Amino acid sequence: MKDWRYWLAEQRGTLLAFAIFIVMFAIYTANHPAGFTANVVQTASNKGVLLAFVAMAQTLVVITAGIDLSVGMIFTLTNCLASWLVIGTGLETALGVVAVLGTGLLCGAINGAIVIYGRLQPIVATIATGAVYFGIALLLRPFPGGSVNEDLADALTGRLFGVVPASLAALFAVVLIVWVPFSRSVLGRAAYAAGSSETAAYMSGVPIRRGKFAAYALAGLLAAIGGLFLTFFTYTGDAAYASGNAYTLFSIAAVVLGGVSLFGGKGSAIGAIFGALAFRTIGDLLFVFDFDPLWQPLFQGVILLIAVSLGAFALFRVRNRLEWFL
Amino acid sequence: MDGAVPLFRMEGISKRYGGVRALEKAELSVTSGSIHAILGENGAGKSTLIKVMAGVVAPDEGAMTLDGREVSFASPAAANQAGIVCIFQELSLVPELSVADNIVISDPPTRFGMIDRKAQRRIAEEALARAGAADIHPLALVKDLPLSRRQMVEIAKALARKPRILILDEATSALAAADVAKIFAVLKRLRGEGLALLYISHRMNEIAELADQCTVFRNGRNVASYVAGSKSDNEVVELMIGREYSHIFPPKPVRLPATAAPVLEARNLSWTDRLDNVSLTVAAGEVVGLGGLDGQGQRELLLAFFGVLRGLSGEILIDGKPVAIASPAAARDDRIGMALIPEDRKTEGLMLPMTVRENLSFAALDRLSKGGIIDRAAEQRLIDDMVGLLAIKTAGLDIPVGALSGGNQQKVVIAKWLMRQPRIILLNDPTRGIDVGTKQELYQLMRKLADAGAAILFYSTDYDELIGCCDRVLVLYDGAVKRELVGAEITERALIASALNIHGGDATPRHGADA
Repeated sequence: MKDWRYWLAEQRGTLLAFAIFIVMFAIYTANHPAGFTANVVQTASNKGVLLAFVAMAQTLVVITAGIDLSVGMIFTLTNCLASWLVIGTGLETALGVVAVLGTGLLCGAINGAIVIYGRLQPIVATIATGAVYFGIALLLRPFPGGSVNEDLADALTGRLFGVVPASLAALFAVVLIVWVPFSRSVLGRAAYAAGSSETAAYMSGVPIRRGKFAAYALAGLLAAIGGLFLTFFTYTGDAAYASGNAYTLFSIAAVVLGGVSLFGGKGSAIGAIFGALAFRTIGDLLFVFDFDPLWQPLFQGVILLIAVSLGAFALFRVRNRLEWFL
Repeated sequence: MDGAVPLFRMEGISKRYGGVRALEKAELSVTSGSIHAILGENGAGKSTLIKVMAGVVAPDEGAMTLDGREVSFASPAAANQAGIVCIFQELSLVPELSVADNIVISDPPTRFGMIDRKAQRRIAEEALARAGAADIHPLALVKDLPLSRRQMVEIAKALARKPRILILDEATSALAAADVAKIFAVLKRLRGEGLALLYISHRMNEIAELADQCTVFRNGRNVASYVAGSKSDNEVVELMIGREYSHIFPPKPVRLPATAAPVLEARNLSWTDRLDNVSLTVAAGEVVGLGGLDGQGQRELLLAFFGVLRGLSGEILIDGKPVAIASPAAARDDRIGMALIPEDRKTEGLMLPMTVRENLSFAALDRLSKGGIIDRAAEQRLIDDMVGLLAIKTAGLDIPVGALSGGNQQKVVIAKWLMRQPRIILLNDPTRGIDVGTKQELYQLMRKLADAGAAILFYSTDYDELIGCCDRVLVLYDGAVKRELVGAEITERALIASALNIHGGDATPRHGADA
């Protein structure tokens, strides 16, 4: 009867991120010299999906009330690896893709194993593993270079039927193949439950460890998909430290913009995707309004602050002040 | 029930936590198709007993048999598997998930590896209906529900697991009267369906209505089992009493300072559904106890005085003048001079990784500093005084306070507040989990502070302490003061009877009036 209200309440963060993105993107295209054309959308999509993949990865871990500071480095590492492996005949390329994705999955699984079975704090564990992953990336590509199967790259960064950006379609496919099954599986629910209240989840016999492990491992996989796409866009591998770190931090920003609670248990990767797209659009907006690109970090920060403040209103309703600290 | 073969039996179960024995060779038999009530005062071992049954804690010794076969549970999930489901006092719901998600949480229905939401919805609706809570929407988030509704969800969740033995630990404590009636109907139906129910409650009227069999626990042991209705309330209270009374308390002053003007006074304090028109006074030199069962609003009352609660109605007076205390910082200000020794020293009292020195001076830093710079010499003097006064045993002032024993940690918490020389001292169950020797020192200290002019409000779950330390005791029930005991009236019998609200006449459940 009132089902839709509950659905709305649950999706509020996602819908808010969607709305923010739509408004920003509308302003952007309205002021773009070329207007709302397939070309403009394709460029925006290609820029946006990279952060979207990394933000999805971050979401999975944040849902468990953890944080993954190595996502940007997995992204960089898989980019470097792809610039070696995703080349040659169709079969070789396919094997290369599998190897790259497998590497991402492995990186995520290592994070998960350390955090869950080693009982280290996620923030420390992933700073350390992130440094290791970057170290390997640097060994693979001391200097930017390498190449990629350009047919595949062009197909995935071009347009489908002349209108739909292929990268956006790929993002959609990944949501369907990875996020939807995960969020509806028992493991996904365990991840949410562990993030919301680990004690209650334990007392209810929820497979907390497996749920969290799956979240970390899949986060690695999603970051690797991002790394693969980076290679498709640039045709090269580049172990760029600053870029890897920026992706990690932006992914956290995108997750928050997307309505995912850093305290865990709440939010959706779809929200994080819109958060990422919105975050990317800030830069585009500055461009169409002829601002100096130097303003970009400042504006990104302001937008982020506003978005986060929206979530803090609930604190005014607290009647026992000790609950502020829970 | 003589001929009935017990479905579940516990024999010789013992459990210790550090030096404290929670269970000592406890026995229990549970029969199908009956409701078995467990009685006992705070700390008698009831909670530990059911935690053992439900696989939350492992017993140190003893055996459990189910259907005549020996069993042991490594986790709550294992106990569930065997058909033992417990509804815990502390809720076990995941707040950010929906009601339906929570109800099926231990074993969600799946299709092609994904959770089947339609089936989940159906199970949830069925379970809610069985629990008599069909008004709760399965898609609502648990965190948005009030406590009484959450408790109904807990019960629905337990039923969805198809238990053979259902344990209800104070499961009605947060329920409105209408819900209690529904739950009772549900429980009686489940008994008819052949379930074994274990019912833990402090409400004698509920036990009288529901139970077939009763077992009384005392000091971690089952001291009596009887068929429900075969003993009077007074006989039951008699069974619950009986711990050896230890003479470790300092003498009380002969002259009661009844005529002294109150330093701390509350008039008609109410807050949400936890505090109900509480009025009290505490005079200088007086130790006033707060009694009653755990969780009847005592903690909230202390927090209300200490400026932690918002939306408080009623008045707080200090030295006869109304004051608004907006925060702990305001409460400790010299004009009020209040200190609260919190219940949980590990989270609210101490910063465990920081040093003894730092912890001691935290609350008094404003007095020990000039222009934001701490006067180290003054700090040291005061710390030395306190370490001496309280005889804190520590290997040094610069070791982490977490390395001290529980008793010494508690002394640090108290010392940290005494450094401000408070006039009003609120104590929230300060002796929980500390050794007898330290307890004795604390009792003496309390009396010494009172003699020096402090007004002390002392909540304890240990009746002996209330009897031994207090000039007056106020017994709380459902957030209201039900009885005031003065001087010689403070006996274990009177405390337990009024805690169970037997003397008050009508032992109505929570919200009895407004439902």
